[in-house]
Parts: sequence; C-alpha cells; structure tokens
Amino acid sequence: MTLPEEEVAEELTPGVPGRGPRRAPSRGRVVVRRFLGSRQGAAGLAVLVVMFLLAFAGPLLSPWSYTDRDFTAFLQPPSADHWFGTLQTGADVYAVTLRGMQKSLIVGLLAALVSTALAALVGAFAGYFPGWADRTLTWVTDLLLVLPAFLILAIMSPVFGEGTWALFVLMLALFLWMVTSKIVRSMTVSLKRREFIQAARFMGVRPVTIIFRHVLPNLSSLLIVDATLNVSAAILTETSLSYFGFGIQPPDVSFGTLIADGSKTAVYAPWTFWFVAGLLVVTVLAVNLVGDALRDAFDPTSTRPR
Amino acid sequence: MAGFLARRLLNYVVLVAVAASLAYMLAATALDPRSNYADRTPKPPPAVIDAQLTALNLNDQVPLLERYAVWAGGVLHGDLGKSVTGSPVNDDIARRAGVTFRLVLLGMIVGSVGGVLLGALAAVRQYGWFDRVSTGLSFAVLAVPVVVLANMLILFATWVNDRLGTQVFLVSGEYTGGLDTGFWGSAVDRIQHLVLPTVSLSLALVAVFSRYQRNMMLDVLGADFVRTARAKGLSRRAALTRHALRTALVPVMTYFAFTFGALLTGATFTEKIFGWHGLGEQLINSIFTNDVNTVAAIALLAAVAVLCASLASDLLHAALDPRVRAG
Amino acid sequence: MTPATTPETAPAPTPASAPVLDVRDLGVSFGDVPAVRGVSFEVRPGEVLGVVGESGSGKSVTASAIMGLLPSSARVSGSVRLHGRELVGARDKELNALRGRAMSMVFQDPLSALTPVYRVGDQIAEAVRVHQRVTKEQALVKAVSLLDLVGIPHPAERALAFPHEFSGGMRQRAMIAMAIANDPDLVICDEPTTALDVTIQAQVLEVLKKARDETGAAIIMITHDLGVVAGLADRVLVMYAGRPVEVGTVDDVYYRPRMPYTVGLLRSIPRVDRGAQRRLEPIEGSPPSPAALPPGCPFAPRCPLHVAACDEAEPPLFETGPGHLAACIRWEDEAASEAGEEPRSPEETEAAEEPEAAEEAEEAGEAEEAGEAEKAAVPRGEPVLRVEGLVKDYPLLRGAVFKRRVGTVHAVAGIDFTIREGETLGLVGESGCGKTTTLLEILELARPQRGRVVVFGHDTARLGPAERMAIRRDMQVVFQDPLASLDPRMTVHDVVAEPLRTHGLRDTGRRVAELLTLVGLEPAHAERYPQDFSGGQRQRVGIARALALEPRLLVLDEPVSALDVSIQAGVINLLAALKARLGLSYLFVAHDLAVVRHIADRVAVMYLGRIAEIGSVDAIYDAPAHPYTQALLSAIPLPDPARERSRRRILLEGDLPSPADPPSGCRFRTRCPKFRTVLTEDERVLCVEAEPDVLPVGEPAGDQGAACHYAEKLDVVQPRRNSR
Repeated sequence: MTLPEEEVAEELTPGVPGRGPRRAPSRGRVVVRRFLGSRQGAAGLAVLVVMFLLAFAGPLLSPWSYTDRDFTAFLQPPSADHWFGTLQTGADVYAVTLRGMQKSLIVGLLAALVSTALAALVGAFAGYFPGWADRTLTWVTDLLLVLPAFLILAIMSPVFGEGTWALFVLMLALFLWMVTSKIVRSMTVSLKRREFIQAARFMGVRPVTIIFRHVLPNLSSLLIVDATLNVSAAILTETSLSYFGFGIQPPDVSFGTLIADGSKTAVYAPWTFWFVAGLLVVTVLAVNLVGDALRDAFDPTSTRPR
Repeated sequence: MAGFLARRLLNYVVLVAVAASLAYMLAATALDPRSNYADRTPKPPPAVIDAQLTALNLNDQVPLLERYAVWAGGVLHGDLGKSVTGSPVNDDIARRAGVTFRLVLLGMIVGSVGGVLLGALAAVRQYGWFDRVSTGLSFAVLAVPVVVLANMLILFATWVNDRLGTQVFLVSGEYTGGLDTGFWGSAVDRIQHLVLPTVSLSLALVAVFSRYQRNMMLDVLGADFVRTARAKGLSRRAALTRHALRTALVPVMTYFAFTFGALLTGATFTEKIFGWHGLGEQLINSIFTNDVNTVAAIALLAAVAVLCASLASDLLHAALDPRVRAG
Repeated sequence: MTPATTPETAPAPTPASAPVLDVRDLGVSFGDVPAVRGVSFEVRPGEVLGVVGESGSGKSVTASAIMGLLPSSARVSGSVRLHGRELVGARDKELNALRGRAMSMVFQDPLSALTPVYRVGDQIAEAVRVHQRVTKEQALVKAVSLLDLVGIPHPAERALAFPHEFSGGMRQRAMIAMAIANDPDLVICDEPTTALDVTIQAQVLEVLKKARDETGAAIIMITHDLGVVAGLADRVLVMYAGRPVEVGTVDDVYYRPRMPYTVGLLRSIPRVDRGAQRRLEPIEGSPPSPAALPPGCPFAPRCPLHVAACDEAEPPLFETGPGHLAACIRWEDEAASEAGEEPRSPEETEAAEEPEAAEEAEEAGEAEEAGEAEKAAVPRGEPVLRVEGLVKDYPLLRGAVFKRRVGTVHAVAGIDFTIREGETLGLVGESGCGKTTTLLEILELARPQRGRVVVFGHDTARLGPAERMAIRRDMQVVFQDPLASLDPRMTVHDVVAEPLRTHGLRDTGRRVAELLTLVGLEPAHAERYPQDFSGGQRQRVGIARALALEPRLLVLDEPVSALDVSIQAGVINLLAALKARLGLSYLFVAHDLAVVRHIADRVAVMYLGRIAEIGSVDAIYDAPAHPYTQALLSAIPLPDPARERSRRRILLEGDLPSPADPPSGCRFRTRCPKFRTVLTEDERVLCVEAEPDVLPVGEPAGDQGAACHYAEKLDVVQPRRNSR
C-alpha cells in the first residue's frame, strides 16, 4: 500500500533537476564573515600570520644561523650586525629566537591537533556508548587527569633525546585532551537525545556512522575553538618543560630553553630575555584572540558590538 | 548516600593506586640512579654501588616488578621509601608539604576570590571600560607562562629595590634565615617573601576565574529569574547581587576542580624559581638526581591532592546548590 | 453590522472608572528592527484584556515595555500611563517603587522564573519586603498565606521547599502568589499556562480568576491560545507583526471578526468540539520578519481578501462597531461575506448548522473524501502494530553530584493497543503519562522489558539484524521539534536522502525532488539548510524524510505542537491528505486532544503509564466514559466565548502522582472527581484495591473501552447538536 511510482511521477513537475549543485556551506561563510568582522579576531589572525612568516621566512633575512657563534661578540646588545644582540656563547639572538619559535609553533600546532582529535574521539565514543565503553573511557580520562602531567613528562624527558621531538609532541598531546574530552562526552550525551540523532538511529544508521556523520560535525565549532586554544596551551606547556630542561633538548632550541638561559642574564643583558619572552607572549596572545573570536563567530547568540 | 560515598571513595583509592603505580614504574624505568655514582671520585666499585642501590630499592638489576612490590608494600605501611641520599622520603616530604600547602592555599584563595569579583564586576557593566580593560588584561596574563611571569616579577622586584634603595620584595626563599627581629619583624619578612610568589601563582588563576565568572554571570543576567526579581521591584543592583551573582557562583565552583591540577604545576614552577623549599622544588630536583622514590611519593601526593580538590569542589557545589543536594 | 450583545454573553467591564493603564502609540525597536509599532489600549480595574498573537507578533515585548524590563538596547517610544503616571522614560528608581506593588508580572516558564537557589517562601517574602516595612517573620507569614490563597496544599511546609521541588503548576501558582503579594492594580500574565498541561492550565486559570476577584486588579493576559482568553477575557487585542490588528469585546472578535487574520486564525484552530468533518483552513505562508515588513498591510501576502490597494499603505484601525477596531481596508467586505455565508454567533450557528456542514464537505478535497469514506466503513485491515502488556521501568536517580538510585519510575505499566492498516491511532495524555516512552520502546525494535511489541507481524523480541533493518524501512518517525530533528549541518537534500542511502539506494536526487514536491516544498529547496526554513516548512522536510522509503507505518511524536496555530493547520491537513493518498497507518502521539480529534480514527488516553480509555475518536470525544478522559476534555478551552462561559468544567485536584510511586488500585483515584464526590465508601474500596483493566463500555459493546470500575458515558465538550 505504498505510493505507486506512477502517482509520484504525476506529482512531479517535468524537468526536475536531479541533485542540484551544492552551494558552499552558508554556515561556514557566515562564520568566516563574523570572525573577520570582529576586530580581535582579525588582529589575532594577522599577528599570527606575521609570526609564522617571521619564524619560517625570517631566518633567511639574517646572515647568522642558529648554530653559528660570533666569537667577536659575546653578550652584546642589539646592533646592526646582531639585530637582537648576542648570547654569552656568541650566538645571534635573532637567529636562535626564530629557530625556537619555529620549534614551539610546530610543537604547539601538532600537539593541539592530536589532542583535539583524541578528545573528540574518546569523548564522542564514551558519550555515545553508555555502559562499559563509557565507563572504561571515562576512567582512563580520570586517571590521566589525576596523574600529574608535568611530572610524567618530566620523568620521560631522558627519553626525548635528539630527534625524538615527535614523541615529545605525542606525550604533550596525551596530557592536553582530558578536559575537552569530558566536555565532548557530556555534549554527546545530550546530542544523542536530540531528535535528529534519534531519527538517524531509528532509520537504521549504524552507531559509528552516526558519530562521524552527525555527532562530530555538530561539535565542530567546539572542537575548532578547542584546537585553537590547545595550541596556546601546548606552547605554554612546552615552554615550561623546556625551561626546566625536560622538553626540547639541546642543541635544538625552543622558547622554553631560550627563556631559561635568558632569565639568568636578564638583569644585565635584557635583550637575552625580553625578545624571546615578548615574542612568546605575543604569539600566545594572538592564538587566544583567534580562539575567542572563533568561539563568538560560531555562537549564533553572541552579539558583540565591536 | 553512604553507599554512594563509599563507592566513590573506593574509586578514588583505585585511581590513586593506579596513578601512583604508573608513576613509580615510569620513574623506575626512565630514571637511572646508577648514573649518580658515575661522577664520584673515586668511583666506587660496582659491587658497592649495587649494594647501596639494593639497600635503597633502586637497583636496576633487580626486576622492576620486584622493586615495585617492595615499594608498594612500604607505601601500604606508610613508608614511602628512601631517597638517593638514604634519608627517609617521609621526613623530607612532611617537612616540605607545609611550605607548598601554604603557598597553594593562599594562591588559590587570592586567585578565586579575586577572579570571581573581577568577573562579576566586568559582567555587570558589559562592554564598559572596566569590562574591556579586565578582558584585555586577562588575555595578556593568560598568554604569559608562569616561568616567564615569575622571571618578570623578579626583574621587576630587582628594579623596584634598586630604585628605592631598600629591599621591598624578597625573591628567594620563604623567610630570611637567622633573623632576630621579634614576631612583627619576622611577619613582615615573611610577607616580603610571600608577595611575589603569590602574585605569580594567582595571577593566571584570577584571569581564568574572571573570564569564567564573567561568562556565567552574562548567561544568568538574561535569565528569567533575574527578570522576576526586577519585576518584584528589586533594584538592578539588588537583583544582580542577590539573585544573579549567587546563582552564577554555582558552576564556577565546579570549575575549581579543573584548575587545581594547573595550580599544582604552577606552584612547582613558582617554588623552583623563587627558591621555596617545597614539594615542587623537590620534584624537579629529584628528577635531576634520579630519585625514583621521591618522585613516586610526590606523584602519589599530587594525585591525592587532585582528588581531594575534586571532592571538595563537589561538596562545595552541593552546599551552594539545593538542586544537587536534593535527596 | 454591530448587533447589541446580550448581557449574559458579554459582561461589560465596569464602566465609568478611570483606566488603570493607558497605553498610547507604544513603539519598541531593537536597533533598526521594530518589534512593536503603534500599540494603544487601556485597561480598567477588574478588567481582563486578552492579547493574542503568534510568536514574534510583539506581544511579550509589549508586556516587558510596560514593566520597563526591556534590555537597554531597546528603544521605546509613545506613552504608557499607570494611573495617569507616565512610565516611558521614567527613572529606574520610580519604576522600582511601582514594579511589584502597582503592577506585577507572571512569566511563561515557571521553572526558570524562580531563582533556583532560594526557598520559594523566601522569594515570595522578598517581594513583600521590597515594598512593605515588615519584619522577615511577618513577610514569611504573609508568604504562607499567599501560597494558601493560590491553592498550594500544606503551604507552611511547602514555603520551605526549593523551586525544583515544585511541579510546574505549583511553580506557576507561586509566581502568581508573588505577583499579587502587594495587591497590585495591574497583573500582566505573559503566556502563564503555555508550559503547563491542560488540566493544570485549567487549575491555574481558576487561580488567576480568584486572584483577580481577591485583589480587583486588572489583568493583561498574553497568549497565543485563542481558547484560553475566550472564557477569561472581557476584551481582546489581536496582534500581528508587532501591531494591533483587531481590538474589541471577546464576542465581537470571536463571532464578528473584521480582520482577515483573525478570521483565518479562528478557522485554523483544531477544536475538540469539531471532528475531521471540518477541514482546517490554514493561513498560507508565514508571518513576515520584523526586519523586512512588506510595504502595505503586513498581512497582505497571506490574505485571502488581498487586493492591490492593500499594498499601498499600512491600514489604520477602522472603527467597525462600538469599541471594535480592525486594521483592514476591506473590513466591510469581511462583514458582508460573513453575513452572507458564515454566521458564527451561537444563536445563528445552530440555525445554519446543516448548510455549513454541507459546504465544508464540498470544500474538503478529494483526499479528504477518500479518508472520510474509509473511516465511515471502519477499516479493519491487518494489524500493522500490536502492543501487548508493554512495560518499561527506569531507575529513578537523584542528585547531580551524588548520584544514586532512589526508586523505579514505572513509565509504562502494561498497555495494549493495535493499529490496523490505514488507521490512525492517537495516543494522548499529559506530560509524564508515558506516551513518549511507549513510542520510543516501539521504535527501538528490541525485546521490551515485559510484554510484546509486534510490528508487521514480527515480534520485536525475536528479530535478527536483517529483519530489524527491513522493519526500520517500513516504519518511520516524525519528531516534535522540526529544528531539533534535522541535523543543522546537513542540507535538506542530505537530510531527506539519509534514509535512502542507509538502505542502500544510490541515486537519490530524483527521489528527493519527488518527496519535497509531495510535501509541498520546492525541489530547488534541496540545497538549503534547515535553518533557512520556517517551522512549518521544516516539519514538512521531516515528513519528507519519513516518507522517503515508502513506509507503511508512520510514528509521529507531537508533530505539530511546536508550530504556530496558523502553520499547524497546514501540516495537519498535509498529514491527513498523505494518509488518504498513500494508505499509511499513523501512531500519532500528542498532548493536544483537539489536534488528535482532527487526524485520528481511534484514540487511546494514557494516565500514569496505563491506558485509561481507548476507542474511536467520535465515541471518546462525544461520550467519554473514564473520569480522567472527561476531566481532560472538559479542561480544554474552546475558542468560543459564549460556550466557554457556560461550560461546566471538571477540575482535577493536585498534580500527577510520581510514576515512581503510583497509588494502589486505580492509579487515577487520588485525583478522581468521581472517587471523591460520587462514590460511596463501599464503592471506593474496589478502586483502592483493584487496578481496573480496560473493559468495553456502552451497549452495544463496541470499540470503546475504559479502565474504570465505574465507567459511565458523559458528554463534557457539549458539542453542537448535530455532531453525531
């Protein structure tokens, strides 16, 4: 007793186009417009772009590489020769700072990406599958929250030798995802009660498909914002670890190792400290501004008279 | 209720046990106490080193599980083992725990109270000058890691002290040893030592809490019950403080548990940089000295502290919110 | 065309007194967007003014503007005078002294309107203490007496409770208590009963009447429900697109509407006293966005009487009779057409009953006729869904932090019903009765906790994955909230194509276009996102998705309750037409009995997890036998002032008992008017001891069954003479 095809055909206006051309997602455009429309978002993004250019193209401008030592200039203030001055070792501050920035940016970006992906997957699966899956995943999350992250990373530091910074990134990510994962989990639980997920379930869509097709896309705004803010969290954690010698290992440099060295000479040679510290703060600030502006851009209820 | 609490505590005990065990295993695997003897002159014979390491339960030639069993057995009896120098870890920890506790407690109170007040004020005059300034400042503060902040504070203190020609801020240690100036003198001395570490520890907390409180407050400001309060004839200020602030405090208190872990880490850096002889400083030192037992003990304490904070935040939540304590 | 109304049908407000509130040309705009334009009215002491409009018509903004509670971004113009004192532009301090004392307000959502962290008694006492110099203790005593006044049992105890410990109805009573704490002259009620069930709504409306009698306050009653104001209001103001379009006495507005919008609104409401024989007439289109109003009359694009002149300028309010104003340049035509064909006042109605019925039958489309014929023949096809003794319990958890199980909620406690091919069963009941749980249990297609669910002849307890998938194909669902049921990240095409893809169909484009056409949408809409559509259109998308796989059984969970009245009618008509055309069977879950009367063949009334009464729609609505059904039907307000005023209403006392701890024996006995007033001591024993089963009632024993030991048919709706 279903609708016969012929009758459906009657209903049709002739020449109905098949699947119409898809427009770009209007929502995405709205978000981009709102984001760029906010002063802090645009400013943050601009600063961030400049920082990236500086980190990756900046070293080309200077004759000094971060491994070079100028044995004619130890701990010299900024000059035409050494734009940011030199360290006690004779290394060019400009060159090492940019090198450290490269490392910190890459570490921050990758760690944020990994940790957000982890948070999304663990949170969504825990929230979607109640029972033992939820309990196990939640327990692991709790365990990692209880473990002092800094301590574990510090203990592991002897393992992060030369060239194993990828492992360092992974470990860093491993201790960044838990809080987001808890948020994702509780949002998934409430999303699962939403009617469009129920509708998908009742039409027979498989649970894992539902997670990837409905749950995660609907959390994307949270995840994007979170990934952005995780970049700054990762950079800050990396800095602190490296400061105490538990992160990036010499001869490689990062913001943390440079600040640790610089802070010792800061009183009488301020350039060894302030350039690095300033760039770090500006970078993190820019990332945070971008994240905050993104959050507002995604949130349809926020109206920001700016 | 009792059954529920018991289950919850049991879960906590299991979490602590697993966390501490993991920390021990990692430390015992990654750290190498034997290398401590490498630099000694004269270098002790291997047999002596082995004997000493075995006495301290640090010998890497003993299977890991065996060492773990000894350690865990000790912990169950309240003995956290011996440090690399042979002194009992218990004594060391007990001495240092007070230092850290004072610092963390003060930082937490200053941070949360200050943050809540700033956030509430900012929310009430949303987009006013105070809101903009405090928002800008908290963004700036959040971009400064504790290690940089602490160093900046030290530079600032040095500058101020130089300018005034007197020691206003003291940046090393908890108090000046051997000071003989009576009660008030040593109280002033302690405060001089305390100011900067507290600022370094609580500034980020203030920033975080003020942002969070501001957002919660803004959510609540538009709520129906604030409108009801106004419809009763309450003035704007009365409606905000009696109804909005009180209600917005509830979610902020639960947030507290999340920040506690970060606070402990912050305390670690602060202690180390300001030369306070607390647990955090000990932690960093013990990693450099390959002191497995001390590292494990501190991990255990940190786990317990985090769970206590979580429990405290739940209790606080229940105390503030009748919906939660409903029975 | 303004016949004098008889005193009984329209009690005139006490004249000669000065107005309590005088609103002149009130305008409110947010930025450049006008929300309210040119609102003028006055209210006299003891008078009830009903303000009626759909969502976005500006009625709530008007209320907030009077109270001075608009956000600072709003710009207010015009004049609001309370006892001659200008409120617009008054200083906050002055307003604070008036708010809560001279004028007070009852809000829509009683859950969020009370501060969750303070005791109810304290919150009421606070309202007293803001304006009266009394001690804390005195204020609390006053609070308790106010709670008593609004009918809260054990007021001294309940004053110590927190808002979350109150039911919705009790919270709204507490709000009313707070509103009348200082004997105000004006009480503004903003949709005070919208969030409540009908039996609770009836209670709260009674409390409001009592509060008015007690305080002599004028009441402004804001609502979207034309039934609610019919029995309560003296005068009615209809708002559309931020502006009043018709003002007059209730009788004038309901029986002699002059604005086509009011006419359309009245014709589009489903009514419990009229069945499917009367086709609903939806208003085409949807209300304009306040940011983009059409140039002339804002209703012109949807108006059946639209002429070119309508687009030239916004019509002013014409005086169409004494005290009756309408904003339509063609109000005289409306009056003439009404005189010619559609008499509406009660006396006239009865005389003209037959022709109207004939006309309506004519009007009803082909589809309707087919449906009608089928129903008349009582189709007893194959059962597509059979539910036997279905039971579902939930653990009852308490506490958000210290979660623990404190009991078991018996959400569904053994129900039976059958839906046959081509039949619509309406499953109705108030919130908490277990109707949604029943629906979800059926949709899960898993082994129920107890009992049996048989879909298309397959017992769900013995389904393999392949069979279950096959049944999912034939059984589809439409949910309540059209926005929540569509994934906001998917285009309409992807939404409608999802069931097709899930069941292995690849080429979806053509089929999606067909489906959209079938539900009255443009195929070109496929590339848009759900949020680009209006509520009614979204629900059509939901229906298209449900129809994609050509199901045989459609499960509908409150499919129209989130829609405005004028939109709702269109969706109901679509569902009726689709059913007739595609031969679908519906399980239609709803709390609105009027909607169910229009769409269902049979109806099952649930109370606290059990079926109270089941039977054919006409039998149940015309002669309900279970006291609960009777109370439920009598609680539904009719958009018919004369009948509302003369109706005998069976009021239920108290709230729904907790499904975790249902009463022994008959579950309804604690609130049953029959149990309390009619039955003898001996007769009651049976009710307390034995749980009644659904047994056939009436002779000849037909389809109707009621779960009551003392079932007795009773007409409570008082339908028009000829409706069977």
